[in-house]
Amino acid sequence: MACIEARGLRKAFGTNIALDGINLRVEEGRILGLIGPNGAGKTTALNAILGLTPYQGELMVLGRDPWTERDQLMRDVCFIADVAVLPRWIRVSQALDYVAGVHPRFDRAKAEGFLAKTTIRCGSRVGELSKGMVAQLHLALVMAIDARLLVLDEPTLGLDILYRKQFYDSLLNDYFDRNRTIVVATHQVEEVQHVLTDLMFINRGRIVFARSMEELESRYLEVIVHPEKVAAARALKPMHERQAIGRSILLFDLKFDLKLDPVANQELDRQQLAALGDVRTPSIADLFVAVLGDKPGNQAGQAQGAAR
Amino acid sequence: MNTQSNVMNESFDSQRIAPVSMSATRPMYWSMRRELWENRSIYVAPLAVAGVALFGFSLSSIAGIWEKPLRLNPAQPQAPYDMAAGLMMLTGIVVSVFYCLDALHSERRDRSILFWKSLPVSDVTTVLAKACIPLVILPLLTFAITVAMQWLMLLLSSAVLLVSGLSVATLWTKLSFLRMSWLLLYHVLTAHALWPAPIYCWLLLVSGWPRRATFLWAALPLVAIAGVEQIAFHTWHFAAMVGSRLMGAAPTVASTSPDMFPTDPMTQIAPAHFLSSPGLWIGLALAAVFLAAAVRLRRYREPI
Repeated sequence: MACIEARGLRKAFGTNIALDGINLRVEEGRILGLIGPNGAGKTTALNAILGLTPYQGELMVLGRDPWTERDQLMRDVCFIADVAVLPRWIRVSQALDYVAGVHPRFDRAKAEGFLAKTTIRCGSRVGELSKGMVAQLHLALVMAIDARLLVLDEPTLGLDILYRKQFYDSLLNDYFDRNRTIVVATHQVEEVQHVLTDLMFINRGRIVFARSMEELESRYLEVIVHPEKVAAARALKPMHERQAIGRSILLFDLKFDLKLDPVANQELDRQQLAALGDVRTPSIADLFVAVLGDKPGNQAGQAQGAAR
Repeated sequence: MNTQSNVMNESFDSQRIAPVSMSATRPMYWSMRRELWENRSIYVAPLAVAGVALFGFSLSSIAGIWEKPLRLNPAQPQAPYDMAAGLMMLTGIVVSVFYCLDALHSERRDRSILFWKSLPVSDVTTVLAKACIPLVILPLLTFAITVAMQWLMLLLSSAVLLVSGLSVATLWTKLSFLRMSWLLLYHVLTAHALWPAPIYCWLLLVSGWPRRATFLWAALPLVAIAGVEQIAFHTWHFAAMVGSRLMGAAPTVASTSPDMFPTDPMTQIAPAHFLSSPGLWIGLALAAVFLAAAVRLRRYREPI
C-alpha cells in the first residue's frame, strides 16, 4: 500500500484552478519535497491530503479517504502548517496535557525530553514564546507522536538560520526512520536538498517534475562551459542556459527522451560534457528554474488555468 | 509491494487496535478542558459577580447592624438570596451568549483550527464540547457558585444577627436553604439549559460562519423575522419568544406558584408539565438541527 495515492486530484476555487488533475504516489519511508512557486497549489494539495479541504478525484492516504475520515486518519498523520498555528493562549503544559489526552500515540515523556533540550518552560504561554520557540514546541509535540506520515507546509518560514538548521537536523536524527513518510512543501530549497529522497515540482496546479534524488544525481548535469565551447555545448540541446560571472552555465538532461524531441538524436554522457567545461550536479534551485522557466509566470498561468 | 513492507503494515495494524480502544469520552473531556483554558471568563465572570454581590450584601448587612438588622421581610426571607441568584443567572446568560458567538470563530481567527484539526478529534466531538459549555457546564457552574455565595450570605446574616443579639434560629428556620438550593438546581437545568438551547446552538452555528461580526450575523436574521412579523401582523410574538427563551422564562413551575423566580418555598415545580410542553421539544429539535449544521460547517472551515 502506498502512503499517499492520488488520481486526478482536482480542486477549484471559483474559476481559479488550484489543482488540475494531480496523479501522485508516495511510498512509505520516503521524504518528498514539494517545491513550487507561490500559488502553485502546494498548500491546497497538502490540505486535501490532510482532509482539510474537499476535492474531486481519488485520494487515499494510508488507505483512508482523508475528507470523510479525517479524525481517524489523524491518529497516523501529523501536520505542521506554514505559520505557527498553536493558539497563543495555551500554556506549554496544557498543550502537552491536551495532546496526551486526545492522541493515543503520543508519548509525553518523549515530548518533555525534547522540550528539556530547549529553553521553553512548561508554564509559559505560547504567546510569550518567540517564533522559533513556538516552532520548537510544535516539533516536540509532533515528534513525540508515533505517526506514519508527517506533513510539513513551510515549517521553517520566518525562522532564523539556526532554528531552521536545527529543525531539519532533529527531524532527521530523532524522528525519521524507514517506516515513516515525510512530505515537506517549502521555498527554502537549499535547506531540504540533502534531506529529501524524492523531489516534485508543482506549478499551476500540475506536477511538472517528479524524480527520486538518486535519479536526479545520475541524470542531470550542470556544465560551466569554457567560453570557446559554448556553441558546441548549445548544440547538445541543454535544458536551460544561464549566465553567471561572465560564464555560461548549461543544464543537461542525460537521458533526454528522444520520443519527445527526435532532433536531439544523441544520448549524452558525462565524458562528453566534461570536455566542454566544469561539470557538477545542479542544485534543486537551478533545476527548478530550468524546469519552470525563468519567469515565475504565475499570473499568466492562472489566467490560462482559468480559461481552461 | 514486497513482503517486508507487508509485514510492516500488519504490525502497524496490530499496533493500531490497542490505541483505538482508548475511551471515546477522553477527547470529549479534553476538548471541554481546552474550552475552559481558552475562555476563562466562563468561571471568572460568575465568580467576580458573586464576589461583588457578596460585597454589596455585606455592606448592607453591616450597615444594618445599627439600623434595622438585615431589614428582613419575615414573609420573604429569601428575597436578597433570590436577587443575588437572579444576578448570577443573568451573568450566566451574558457569558453564554458571548462564549457561543466566539466559539467557532476564535479558532479560525488565530489559525489554531489547523492545530486542532491535526489531532484525532472529530468535528462532532469539538462542536459538542463547545455546545456543552453553555448547556451543561455554565448552568452547573452557575448553580455551584450561586449556592456557595448564598451559603456565605447566610453565614454573614447569622453573624450580623448574633452581633445584634437577635435570634439566628428564626432566620434558619424561615429560610429553607436546602429546598432553595434544590429549586435553584431545577431552575438552572430547565430554564437556563434546556429552554434556551436553540438560542445558544444558533449562536454557535453562526460563530462558525462569517469572517467577522458574528453578533451582527446572529442578530440580523432574528431582527428581520421580528420586523417582518411586526409589519405584516403588527405583533411581536417572535421577538417575545426569543427574549423569553434567552431569559429562561420557561413553564417550569405550576401556574399557582407565587413568583417567576422559583426559590420561594411555596413554589410548586412542574417538571412533568415542562417536559411535556411542545415548546421544549420543538426547541431541542431546532437545537439539534443547528448543532448538526455547525458540525458540517466546521468540516469545511479554514483559517480566516
